[in-house]
Parts: sequence; C-alpha cells; structure tokens
Amino acid sequence: MAKGRIVVDEELCKGCELCISVCPKNVIKMANDRFTPQGYHPAELVDPDEECTGCAICSIICPDAAITVFRMVPVEKIKSTKP
Amino acid sequence: MTDKKMAEALIFSKPESLTDVPTHYCPGCTHGVAHRLIAEAIDEMGVRENTVGIAPVGCSVFAYNYFNMDFAEAAHGRAPAMATGFKRVNPDMNVFTYQGDGDLASIGAAEILHAAGRGEMITVIFINNAIYGMTGGQMAPTTLPGQKTTSSPLGRDIETHGFPLKMCEILSQLDGSAYIVRRSLHDAANIRKAKKAVRQAFEVQRQGLGFSMVELLSNCPTNWRMTAKESLVWIGEHMVPVFPIGDFKVHPAIVESKKG
Amino acid sequence: MAKELLKGNVAFAEAAIRAGCEAYYGYPITPQTEALEHMAKRMPELGRVFLQAESEVAAINMVYGAACAGVRVMSSSSSPGVSLMMEGLSYIAGSEVPVVLVDIMRGGPGLGNIAPSQGDYNQIVKGGGHGDYRVITLAPATIQELIDLTVEAFDIAEKYRCIVVVLADGSIGQMMEPAELPPMQDVRKREDRPAWSLTGAKDRDPRVVTSIYIDPVEEEVFNLKLVEKQKEIEANEVRFRSLHLEDAEIAVVAYGTAGRIAQSAIKQARDEGIKVGLLRPISLYPFPYDEIGKVADQVKRILVVEMSGGQMLDDVRLAVNGKVPVDFYGRMGGMVPLPDEVFEQIQELNEKANA
Repeated sequence: MAKGRIVVDEELCKGCELCISVCPKNVIKMANDRFTPQGYHPAELVDPDEECTGCAICSIICPDAAITVFRMVPVEKIKSTKP
Repeated sequence: MTDKKMAEALIFSKPESLTDVPTHYCPGCTHGVAHRLIAEAIDEMGVRENTVGIAPVGCSVFAYNYFNMDFAEAAHGRAPAMATGFKRVNPDMNVFTYQGDGDLASIGAAEILHAAGRGEMITVIFINNAIYGMTGGQMAPTTLPGQKTTSSPLGRDIETHGFPLKMCEILSQLDGSAYIVRRSLHDAANIRKAKKAVRQAFEVQRQGLGFSMVELLSNCPTNWRMTAKESLVWIGEHMVPVFPIGDFKVHPAIVESKKG
Repeated sequence: MAKELLKGNVAFAEAAIRAGCEAYYGYPITPQTEALEHMAKRMPELGRVFLQAESEVAAINMVYGAACAGVRVMSSSSSPGVSLMMEGLSYIAGSEVPVVLVDIMRGGPGLGNIAPSQGDYNQIVKGGGHGDYRVITLAPATIQELIDLTVEAFDIAEKYRCIVVVLADGSIGQMMEPAELPPMQDVRKREDRPAWSLTGAKDRDPRVVTSIYIDPVEEEVFNLKLVEKQKEIEANEVRFRSLHLEDAEIAVVAYGTAGRIAQSAIKQARDEGIKVGLLRPISLYPFPYDEIGKVADQVKRILVVEMSGGQMLDDVRLAVNGKVPVDFYGRMGGMVPLPDEVFEQIQELNEKANA
C-alpha cells in the first residue's frame, strides 16, 4: 500500500485547488462529478499507483484544514509523529 | 524493504483550537492558513483555555466563529487598545489580536503604535494582503505602487497616494517591541517558517518580554482578480520585494534561549 | 465617615475607587484632568490598574476590553473627548458590557473653552453614538451627589448591563465642598466575575462578546431586547428632587449646576412672595416625564434653565405636552448664569402668569 494517505473533509473543502498545485506526486484531483454541501467541487485523493508519501504539504497549504494526512511509520515512532 | 513493523500514524489533523464551522473565507484565502497556525501554536502551548482573542473589522470579523476560545469583537482598528484594556486586568492570560492591513495600518495606526510603544504583553497577528478585502477591494496603506484597486483604478500613484507603510520596520524602532517579524504564507516552506514565528510570538508573551507581532504576507484572490494559485505566486513575486521577509526586532532573551 | 473638603474631580475618582473600580483608562482634558491624576496616584497604591491612553478613542476601547473581562472599569473625559468616545460607547452598548463614564462638560462646540456648560445633554442623553441605544444618565448638583451617584453608577451599570454616564460640568469638577466618601470596597474576586464575561474557555464552551448581528432578523431581536431593558430602566430608575412645588404657580426645571443656581433664585423669589418651585431631574435618562407632567397639571408656567441653547428643553416640552407655556433661559459657551438672572426671569414669568 501507499506510504501516505489523505482524507478530504467535504464539509470544509472549497475546491480552491491549492493542494493539487503543490502535491509533489500529483495524486490529488478535483472530483468534478459531485458537489460539497457548500456547492464546491471537492478535491480527492486519486492514487492508483500508491505514490502518496504522506508528506503533508497539501495539509500545510490547505486554508480550510480540510485534509487529514496519514503515513505508514515504524510502530515505535508513532507517539512522536502525532503533531 | 525493511522488516520493521509499520503502522499508520496520523500526521496532520485539524487543531483543537479551531471549531468545526466551515469558514466564510473565499476559496484559497490564506486567512484559513493563518487561523490554523495560531490554533496549532495555542494547542502546542496548551493555553487554549486561558486565551482571549480580539477580532477585527474586515473579512475576519467573524474569526470568533472559527476559534474554539473566548473572543471579543473590536471596533475597526481598536483591537490593540481593547487587548491592552483586557490584558492589564488579566495579566496572566494569553491575549492576541488578529488584524488586517486596513484595521492595523490605517484606522488603527495610533493604537498599534502605542500598544507596541508601551510594550504591551500581547501578540498581534497582522494579515497583510495589500488590499481591503471585505469592502470589495479598495486601496490599503500597504497597497503596492502601481497596484490597481477599486479606489486606485489606474494603479496606486505615489504622487497622489504616497508610499506603502511597512509596519514591521516602523514598530521595530520602538523599545517596547520585543519580537517583530514578517513571514509569508505563499508556499509550504514559508508557511512552516510562519508557524514557528507565530509560536515564538506567543512564547514572547508568555515570558513577559514585551510586545510581539507577526506580519503575514497573505493573498486576496477575489479582489486581486486571480486564481488562488496565481495569488500565492503574486505574493512571492511582487509583495516580498516590497515587504521583505525577516526578523526586524528580536529580544536578546530570545536569541540567548536559542543558543542555550 | 467624616466629611472632607473635596474637589469634584478628585471626589468622583475616589468614589469610584471606593466602589471597587478595578481599572481606569483615560486621557488628560480640562476641566477633569485631576481625576486622571488622582487615579494615577491611587490605583497603583491599591494594586489596581491605571493607564493613560494615547487618546480618548483608545481609552474608551481599553475600557471596553476590561469590561469584557467582567471587572468594574471606568473612564472620564470632557465634551470634545467624549465626542471621540462615541464610537466606543455604541460598541459597548451593542455588546451589553457594563461601563461607567463621567463627562465633565465644557464650552463648545468644537474646541470651545474650558468653562462649564451643559452642552452635551443631547449627545449623552439621546445616545450619542450611532444606532438605537440609550445610556442611563445621572446629573449631580453637589459634590456629595457626585460621589453618591458615581458609586451607584457601578451597581446600576451591572444590574442592567449598560452604560451609565455621570453628567456634570466644569464647575462641579473644579469646585470644592465638604462631602463624605463611602467606605472602601475591594475589587471583585476572579471567581465572582459575571457568567457572560471572558475568563478563558476552561471546562466550558467559548464565550463571545460582540455587537455584530449580521442577520437583520437577529439584529432586530437584539434591539428589541435593548428596548425591553429600557422599559425596565424607565420604570425603576427615575430620580429627581423637588422643592417648593406644593403651592407653586411657576415651576423651574433645571439640572446640575443650573438647578443649583435656580434654587438660589427660587429662594430669593419666595422671599418676595412669588409662588415658584423647582423640579430638578437627577436622572436625565430615564427622564422624569410623568413627574413633570404632573407639575404641568398644577402650575401656570414652566421655566427651563440650562447652560446650553436648550437641549433638555425638548424633553420638558414633551413632558408638558402643551398643557402650559414652557419658557427657556440659557447661557452658552461656558457662561454660567447668576442667580439674579434667573430671578429676573422668574419675576417676568410671574407677571405673565398673573396678568
């Protein structure tokens, strides 16, 4: 599986596309097939080749704190990776 | 491939000091980023329950809907005076103002100058996007020469409108200022540095070193008539040369503590 | 406690301190600066907060900030400075935090002069700042009243969560009279701060103090709440003094220093057999409309005396409602009428009344 994974909260995402513009692996895409409750097209993770590294740059740039980021890490390190 | 046991860790989630309310800010507006950095700093310091924020007049007038802490609403420009009045009777609380460029550098110029001059133990987060957002894109004291706004439709003309005010440079002259820095929110690397500065500013207050302010170069895609991405690029290309990123005043105690 | 010879400005500052005022934020302006100076000396002695702000604009906003914390806080100023505070007062009224302000009126408009006047009646009594709100306005005529009303002001402001203005003039601020100060009250303990105040969201939901209601539906609801509060205030907080009204044919209505001067004139008139009395409003908001209405049922003429061009005059006319003629005598620009001048007016009216 991919090292990283993101979940976009569609209550908060405004489809500003900044996450897409900064993702180094190009694994975030606009979901133009649907609208959020606020009427935006949300962003979503589209990562068929399991390239997401969980770098979290998307969550840094996201103005709406809409992105939750997960990353596979050695078990013993888990306490220290939580922000 | 290592044989180490791996598990999924949570790398980032919304800070506790932010509420779940979706913001009314435009898509791509860095107000949201600034709010998050403040919330992260407050969470890390564990001071949410002892913090009071003072909201300005501007796009962030409803900031109190997005921060999970006690808040007051100030009149335009008056937040530093309100914060002063509140902090003086609650010296042990963490008090910050959140102000835009009209609020802080135009109508509030006297209040910010004197709060810094008195060395008020408050933290000011100054959102500089070189324009008046809420009222529809008028010229601000920090609008760049040549920049078109609805009240400078031909571009800011130095002859008529004078020069932009550089608030970090001004306030760093005052003995009461302990930590005056400018950072930017236009890319992840700068946002990371901005976060450190915001945290440092609150620590300066906690340690009673004096007045602290972090100016954050921010965007306004709507009134700049750009996409969110274009607006971040514009900050880097046009605002940073006029408003250089840097440390304008750093209390010696901070320097010392970093050495040790 | 024994009587002391006190200057007005010092008296109200010390009275506020005795009432447990925890913070004072102000700015120098004649003729009330002695209050600021007294606070500068006394507040630090008691471990309380004093700060000279950079302007009255800043001062009233500092007051607003401290009021959000649920502490007793005040400012004082004079007419041009109070004009600067109007924005802040509107915000304070719109967020329902209690605040006490003392206005020592001087000659105006504009920079005017430093002599006494009553030219701020409209500014204070009708609200002054933008929007629909009223401030409770109390008008002393003696140093003792100034002391007592300042102390009461804090209680009333907290009872109704509103602004209370003690409205005096430069002569009251500057003159010295024997008066008694109340015993000292400590400042409120942290744990006793009101349930709406900002104390840090520990073990509770966050609180917000604001005056913005962006939805007009909600804003109207808030305004109606203020109206209900005003009705309660009007029912319970009217204050006035009356003198020699029992058999009066002429009534003088005057407040503060003008009321005191009228009192001397009335004494002189009574000595000459003129049946004249005084109704001296002490609360200008809520105004004693009913009481003046009753006086109008009884007398033949009413004389309003003010140190202005006639501002309370309008409220008296409303109260009298056309029942009897209402005359006016005023001095402006810092001129203080002598009792003789008012006596002459009473004489003239007496002749008209009995013609």
